Amino acid sequence: MAGPDERRDGTGSRGSRLLGAGALLGIVALVVLAFVATDADVRIHPTTGEEFGQFDAVRMLYLHVPMAVLMYAAFVVCAVASVGVLLRRTAWWDVMAYAAGEVGTVLCGLVLVTGSIWGRPVWNTWWEWGDVRLMTTLVLFLLFVGYLALRRTTADPRLQARRAAVVALVAVLDIPLINRSVAWWENRTLHQQSTLAEFKIEDLTLFTLMFGFLVFGLVAWWLLVHRFRVGWLEQAAIDHDVATALAERRSETSATDLDAAVGRRNDGEDTV
Amino acid sequence: MVDVRRFLGDVRLVAGRDLRIEARSRVVAAQVVPFALLVLVLFGFALDADQRTLGTFAPGLFWVAVLLSALLAVHRSATLEQSDGTLDALRMSGLAPLALFLGKAAAVFVQLLALEAVLVGGLLVFYGVEVDDPALLIVAGVLAGATVAAAGTLYGALASGLGVRETLLPILLLPVLAPVLIAATRAFDDALGVAAVDGWAWTGLLAATALVATVVGALAYGALIED
Repeated sequence: MAGPDERRDGTGSRGSRLLGAGALLGIVALVVLAFVATDADVRIHPTTGEEFGQFDAVRMLYLHVPMAVLMYAAFVVCAVASVGVLLRRTAWWDVMAYAAGEVGTVLCGLVLVTGSIWGRPVWNTWWEWGDVRLMTTLVLFLLFVGYLALRRTTADPRLQARRAAVVALVAVLDIPLINRSVAWWENRTLHQQSTLAEFKIEDLTLFTLMFGFLVFGLVAWWLLVHRFRVGWLEQAAIDHDVATALAERRSETSATDLDAAVGRRNDGEDTV
Repeated sequence: MVDVRRFLGDVRLVAGRDLRIEARSRVVAAQVVPFALLVLVLFGFALDADQRTLGTFAPGLFWVAVLLSALLAVHRSATLEQSDGTLDALRMSGLAPLALFLGKAAAVFVQLLALEAVLVGGLLVFYGVEVDDPALLIVAGVLAGATVAAAGTLYGALASGLGVRETLLPILLLPVLAPVLIAATRAFDDALGVAAVDGWAWTGLLAATALVATVVGALAYGALIED
C-alpha cells in the first residue's frame, strides 16, 4: 500500500473511491438482504407444535458475524505488522499496525454492540457475565483501547513503535481464547457452536452471510486504506517539521558564524 | 555453567538492589500496604458492613485490592530506573536485559507476597473468613503474584518515560491481568470455603498465566529498554 500522492488533497484516490462506492452499495444491498429478503428464524417444535427460534433477531447476525471475522482479520494484520516493526523497524510497518489496530478496535466495539442488541431478545439480557466468549471479547476490546491510548502518547517515535508492537502482540494472545471459547467452555457460554462448519444454514441465508463477509471485507479494507494514508501523512508532517527545524537551526548557525567571521575581520581592520 | 551462575548473580543483584531501596525508603511498606488495607475497609463501608456479604465476596474483593495496590508497586519499581539516568547506567554496565527483567520482577514478586500476607490477615480480621485449605491459598497466591509481578514489570517498562505513565499503566495492565483476577478469585473461593469450586483446577490457569507472562516479558523487555 503506497502513501498518498502529495499533490492531492485528502487521502482519497481513484482506487479507494471505487472501493468506497462498492462498500457503500454493498451495505445497502446487505441491509435489504438481511432485513427484508431473508426470512425470520421461526421453527415449529415437533411435539408441541409451538413456534420457537430467534425470530427477527437472527437478522442482526448477518452483521454481527462478518464484523467479528473482520475484527479478527484486522487484529491479525496488526499483529503481523507489529512483528514487522520489531524485526524491520520501519515506519511502514508501524503505520500499518496502528491503522489495523484502530480498525480492529472499531469493529470490536461494533461486535459487542450488535451482539448485545441481538442478545436482548434471544438471551433475554443485554449482557451475560457468565459467557466466556463475551468476556474474552470485552477484554480484547479493553486491551486495544489501552493500545490506542499508548499510541496517542508523545514519545520518541521509534520507541513508541516498539512499545505499541509489544502491547499488540500481547493483546492478540486473547484471540485464540475467544475463537476456541465456545468449544473449550461449552457449559460456560450461551454462544452457539459454529453453524457454518456443519452447513446447517443454506440458500439465501447462507448467501446473505457470505455477502456480509464480502461487504464488511470491503468496508474494513476501505477504512484501513484511509487510516493508513492518514498515518503516512502524519509521518510525513513530522519528518517535514523536523527537516524544517533543522534547516532553521543550520541557517541560524551559519548567520552566527558569518557574524563572528565579519566581527573578527572588523576587529582586525580596527586594529590595523 | 559459569555464565549461568553469573547470570543468576546479576538477577540477584538487581532484585537485591530494588529490595534494599524498598527497605530503606519503605514506600511499599508505608504507603502501598496501608492503601491496600484501606481498599478492604472501603469495601466494608460500600457493602454496608454486612459481615456475611463481605465473607461471600472476600476472595474477589481481596484480589481487586491486590491488583490496585500492585499498580502502585509496579509504578514504584519502574520509577526507580527513571531517576538520575539509572536505566542508561544499567544498560552501559553490560547487564543482560533478561537479568534486569527477572531481577526487577523478583523484587516486585517478593513485595506482592508480603502485601498478600498482610491482606489475608485483613480478610481474617475485617471480613471474618476462615482458611479451609492453606496449601491452595499459598499456591494460588504465589502463582498469581508471579503473574502480576512479571506482567507488571513488563508494562511498567512500557509506560516508563511517558508523561502520562500514571494514567496509562492501569489501562494497559489491568485488562491483561483480568484472567488472574478470575482464576485467583475462584481458587480463593475454594481455599476460604465460600463457594463449591475446584480451586486446584484454577491454579492450573494461574500457572499458565505466570509462565506466559514471564516468557513474554523475558522476550520483550530488551526491545523496550534499548534505544
